[in-house]
Amino acid sequence: MSRPVPRRPEYHKINRDLLVLTYGALVAQLCKDYEKDEDVNKYLDKMGYGIGTRLVEDFLARSCVRRCHSYSEITHIIAEVAFKMYLGVTPSVTCNNSSKNEFSLILDKNPLSEFVEELPAGRSSLCYCNLLCGIIRGALEMVHLAVDVMFLQDRLKGDSVTEIGITFLKQPEKKKYRRRK
Amino acid sequence: MAIFSVYVVNKAGGLIYQHDSYAPRAEAEKTFSYPLDLLLKLHDERVLVAFGQRDGIRVGHAVLAINGTDVNGKYTADGKEVLEYLGNPANYPVSIRFGRPRLTSNEKLMLASMFHSLFAIGSQLSPEQGSSGIEMLETDTFKLHCFQTLTGIKFVVLADPRQAGIDSLLRKIYEIYSDFALKNPFYSLEMPIRCELFDQNLKLALEVAEKAGTFGPGS
Repeated sequence: MSRPVPRRPEYHKINRDLLVLTYGALVAQLCKDYEKDEDVNKYLDKMGYGIGTRLVEDFLARSCVRRCHSYSEITHIIAEVAFKMYLGVTPSVTCNNSSKNEFSLILDKNPLSEFVEELPAGRSSLCYCNLLCGIIRGALEMVHLAVDVMFLQDRLKGDSVTEIGITFLKQPEKKKYRRRK
Repeated sequence: MAIFSVYVVNKAGGLIYQHDSYAPRAEAEKTFSYPLDLLLKLHDERVLVAFGQRDGIRVGHAVLAINGTDVNGKYTADGKEVLEYLGNPANYPVSIRFGRPRLTSNEKLMLASMFHSLFAIGSQLSPEQGSSGIEMLETDTFKLHCFQTLTGIKFVVLADPRQAGIDSLLRKIYEIYSDFALKNPFYSLEMPIRCELFDQNLKLALEVAEKAGTFGPGS
């Protein structure tokens, strides 16, 4: 892209610890409110979905990405541009199946769970960063792509890396007048 | 004012924001005595000049105000019918303001939906797949610029044909939308935008674009 990324005139930096602490407080409160891990995961995903539907416009407005022509391109853009822009990390992308519709984002460092050691007892199936899954799902739905996003590996559960799996679902047949991303 | 209006259309074709910033078009206010030498007729809920021309008042101009108070369609501000009022010699001499009729908000809604449909047809007509849709509509008095985001929202700007820099203005409006409309947690997506900050920043951006456009090269 030869066009520079447009910047807001006053670009305030907020300390990212505040974001990490806010996210932690959010998850802690949800854990207090809901007994079951599936409920907490579900609500995190729902909140993330709402964020994703709005964040995608901000992302598209500021990053000047062009229309993508393949799922692989889309996943690369999410990893290399979106994650970099919003979380400051660049996960690596791998393709999980030959039909090219299942991908994984592998994160060595997850800024949101940097200070979390391990999940509390009794919360073993909690997906701490499920908000991110919801965000990706919401964002892709706004560009007319149905996806399933879930954590395949989680450092907090003992795995070596954090892996987010994105599965692009087949669109139900409907007449589209133009191809989008 | 070189930038006339801004329209924001949602995915379904509904108008969610509209802003007009053109100066009032040619209006003429004159005092008349009975009988009125212009022939007026009722058309589409407005009182228009059907025949007769004088001093800047032309056929097709609408009655905008009587004695200083704006009329409400075909009724005066007090609820009387305009044609009846003007037919009564007891009300003369009367001062009437004529001018090109402005679009009502319903008409703007209809036009936005129609444009949305035309845009869709335009994309389908494209011989190549993945067309961007209508980007510009040119006439001798204005140019309509349209930018559709990857999510389906359309930003439409009507400007003077000589105004440059509208492309970057459209991108700037997209940024303002993503900031002040979307980041407002109380704004629901696809609904009419009623955010003060969005209004203010949009007006600022229009001013900047107008000043920049008159000097800079076309974009």
